[in-house]
Amino acid sequence: MMPPALEIESLSFSINGASILKDIRVTIGSGEKWSIIGANGAGKSTLLKCLLRIHPDWTGSVHLFGRCLDDYSQRNLARKVAYVPQPGDDQRFPFTVRQFVAMGRYAYSGMFATAHKDDDAVVTRAMQQARILEFGDRTLDTLSGGERQKVFIAAALAQQADLLLLDEPTAFLDYRHQAEVSRILGEINQHNGATIVAVTHDVNAAILTDGLVLALKQGNMAWIGPAADLTQPGRLEDIFNTSFRLIEDPVTGRRLVVPQEAGQ
Amino acid sequence: MKRFGALPVFALVSLAVLAAAPLVGGGVSLDVVFHPLPRDPASMIFWQIRLPRVLLGWVAGAGLAAAGMVFQAIFRNSLATPYTLGVSAGASLGAALGMRLGLGGLLLGFSVMNLSAMAGALIAIGLVYGLTRLRRECSTATMLLAGVAVNFLFASLILLIQYSADFYDTFRILRWLMGGLEMVGFSAPLRALIVVAPVALVLALMSFELNLLTIGEELAISRGMAVARVRSVLFFLVSLMVGVVVSICGPIGFVGLMCPHICRLIVGADHRRLLPATLLFGGAFLVVCDTAARTLFAPTELPVGIFTSLLGGPFFLWLLLKPSRAGTAAV
Repeated sequence: MMPPALEIESLSFSINGASILKDIRVTIGSGEKWSIIGANGAGKSTLLKCLLRIHPDWTGSVHLFGRCLDDYSQRNLARKVAYVPQPGDDQRFPFTVRQFVAMGRYAYSGMFATAHKDDDAVVTRAMQQARILEFGDRTLDTLSGGERQKVFIAAALAQQADLLLLDEPTAFLDYRHQAEVSRILGEINQHNGATIVAVTHDVNAAILTDGLVLALKQGNMAWIGPAADLTQPGRLEDIFNTSFRLIEDPVTGRRLVVPQEAGQ
Repeated sequence: MKRFGALPVFALVSLAVLAAAPLVGGGVSLDVVFHPLPRDPASMIFWQIRLPRVLLGWVAGAGLAAAGMVFQAIFRNSLATPYTLGVSAGASLGAALGMRLGLGGLLLGFSVMNLSAMAGALIAIGLVYGLTRLRRECSTATMLLAGVAVNFLFASLILLIQYSADFYDTFRILRWLMGGLEMVGFSAPLRALIVVAPVALVLALMSFELNLLTIGEELAISRGMAVARVRSVLFFLVSLMVGVVVSICGPIGFVGLMCPHICRLIVGADHRRLLPATLLFGGAFLVVCDTAARTLFAPTELPVGIFTSLLGGPFFLWLLLKPSRAGTAAV
């Protein structure tokens, strides 16, 4: 039996004495699809960054595919976990899309920067899967937000990692690109068997992803459960401290949320 | 051919400049190159003065340009250079201190002045990087302000050293601060080469790391790079390079600003191409500037540092003010 992708036991993290995450415990099975939801400042992105060692000094214990996280070298960690950061950190230098995706191969490069022998094939496959093969020679700064997001996903795919951590993957995208990115992520989950954990502040995105949900509130765990149960009475109000109305999608029968306007 | 792009052209042009520059200016003909005579003034001008000077210019230019390229990768900003960050000033302070104290002696083949300049460069990098990290975001404004602060600090300390020195030392320091390549004999270019060549080689081996630094620290960590360690190694290497170049030629400004930027426009951001292009271009650039500086107003020579600063100032302003596309914003 496959060990779980992530076993997080009482993970806590603070910056300059201010507690950001408190006692997070969750087990994420291999091949599952998770959404981490919560209000702004709930600690969602920070949790991802702790797991990636961008914030190295948390306390607690994390097992990644059955092995203690501390036992992974930075390179070995990158072969297991890939990251798609929140959109917005602009790229200032004129790398081409293909060059950028190929940087996902760093963890496989040998001493003296020699390339791994299947680098080219892996990069091409990643670009194919993220549907960006046709603009490989364009530079990053000429891309739209939606195209850019697919490039970042392709770069993460090139890492051939079994766990994909994404920070607001669809937050600033138009509807077509939202649908396309969701479809690509679903495919990665289905075909590649990768475990997917996506941070989002959008409840409907979590419901439509239809996996499991970890809800954070001010650095604490507020709730864990299947996405469909998010719409049970009082649950979202408790997580987000605001009221919601529910509407039913006439086609799928899934219940989605509409935020209540202020003053109502 | 596509794999190398414009690199062969860079190599050819750079070699052509290297070959032609010693012949520019009066008093030297091709004859002395192939049939040098002992005690012949023309032969001596070519072999003892022109050729070493051109070689030194090439090595120094390549080193300064590569140093600028590395800073631009680390700070993710095309305005980061040894000069704007105050690293040249740190090296100058170290060198001026060595000059003022009249420290002689050699350590591992380097003069005390070389070593104190390297130490000064390292301290300046530490200061300016620490100052930028205090603010969590590394914006252009923060970085330039930190550089200005470090520059002020070191400039005032250099003034202090000059003030305390006698006429002779004061003039020597002042003249050297203007930046110049007027050396006799091959010892200066050799000393520069002994540091710049190995450092350039290590930088070439670190092309992948340099690429990852430019896409951002968090992303680089998630790609599997030990960012903090790589950054320390790079700071150390660049300090060696800037230190040795500055202690020989003085703080020649703006080579590290213009050359990497122009090369990036031509060969792109990938350091596997950008580094060789920058070295070749930087070397040729400083040789051309120096040749112009010594011939334009002949028989008077301008110190080449004044010349590069005259070119670099406007270039810097253009970079700062040019309308930027969304992704290439310097700010």
